Amino acid sequence: MTQRSTKHATFTIERIFPVSPARVFAAYADAKAKARWFGGPDEWEKSNLTLDFRVGGRESVSGGPSGGPVHHYNALYQDIVPNERIVLTYEMHLDKTRISVSLGTTEFKPAGEGTKLVYTEQSVFLDGHDDAGGREQGTRGLLDNLEAALRRVA
Amino acid sequence: MQPVAPLDLTFQALADPTRRTMVERLSRGPASVSELAEPLAMTLSAVVQHLAVLEASGLVRSQKAGRVRTCRIEPKALQAAERWISERRASWEHRLDRLGAFLAETEPKPRRRRKT
Repeated sequence: MTQRSTKHATFTIERIFPVSPARVFAAYADAKAKARWFGGPDEWEKSNLTLDFRVGGRESVSGGPSGGPVHHYNALYQDIVPNERIVLTYEMHLDKTRISVSLGTTEFKPAGEGTKLVYTEQSVFLDGHDDAGGREQGTRGLLDNLEAALRRVA
Repeated sequence: MQPVAPLDLTFQALADPTRRTMVERLSRGPASVSELAEPLAMTLSAVVQHLAVLEASGLVRSQKAGRVRTCRIEPKALQAAERWISERRASWEHRLDRLGAFLAETEPKPRRRRKT
C-alpha cells in the first residue's frame, strides 16, 4: 500500500550567461535547441522532446537510465513574455506513478552584455517517491550544503 | 524511532537567521540554553522561543538535567531537508550547465567587416 504524503519545497537558481536575453530565451523557445540541453543526463535514453511554445501549449519529454525507471515530464505553458519570462506548470511521472507537480518560473534579465537567468521552482512532492539523480551529492558537508541552498532560496 | 519531521517545519525553522546561528552552534556540539543565548543579542526568553521552533521542527532536541537544559542537533531532519533540495537543484544545475555549453557552441561568429 502506498504511504500518502506531500512535501513542499521552493528553490531558486541563478546563472549568468555571456549572451543576450534573446539568445537564452531562444534556447527555451525552439524545440530543437531545447532538446540539446533539457532532459536528463547525457547517458540517459530519451524520447523526442515535443514543444508547443505558446500560452496553453504543452511540452513533454521522457527518459531514464538504461533498464531503469522512465521519467516522464509534462508541462503546460502558463505565461510567456518574449525574452523576459516563462511560467509553466509541470508534473513528473516515474513510470506510471506521479511523483511531483511544480510551478516553474524562468526570468531572463539583462546583466551587462549578458543575461542573468533566475529559475524558481515551487513543488509538491508526492508520497515520498525519489526523483532519481543527484543523490551522490549528499556526501558533501551537511551544513555547508544546506546553508548554500538556503542562501539561494532566501 | 522518531518519525521524521515534515519538511515544511524544517524549512520554516531554518528561515530565521537567529535559528540558523543556533543550528550552526549546535552542529559543533551540544550546548546549554545559556551558552546558546550568549552570542545572541536578545533575551533568554526569546532564545527559548526560537528553541521551541527548532524542537518542533525536529532539528534540535533538548534534555533537562538538574537546572541545565542541554540542546543537541538531530541530524536526521537536516538530512531529509538537504536531500530533497539537493536532488531538485542538482538536476536543474546540470540542465543549466548544458544550456551554457549549448549557448557557447552555437555562439554566432562575429561578423567580419569587409575591407574596402
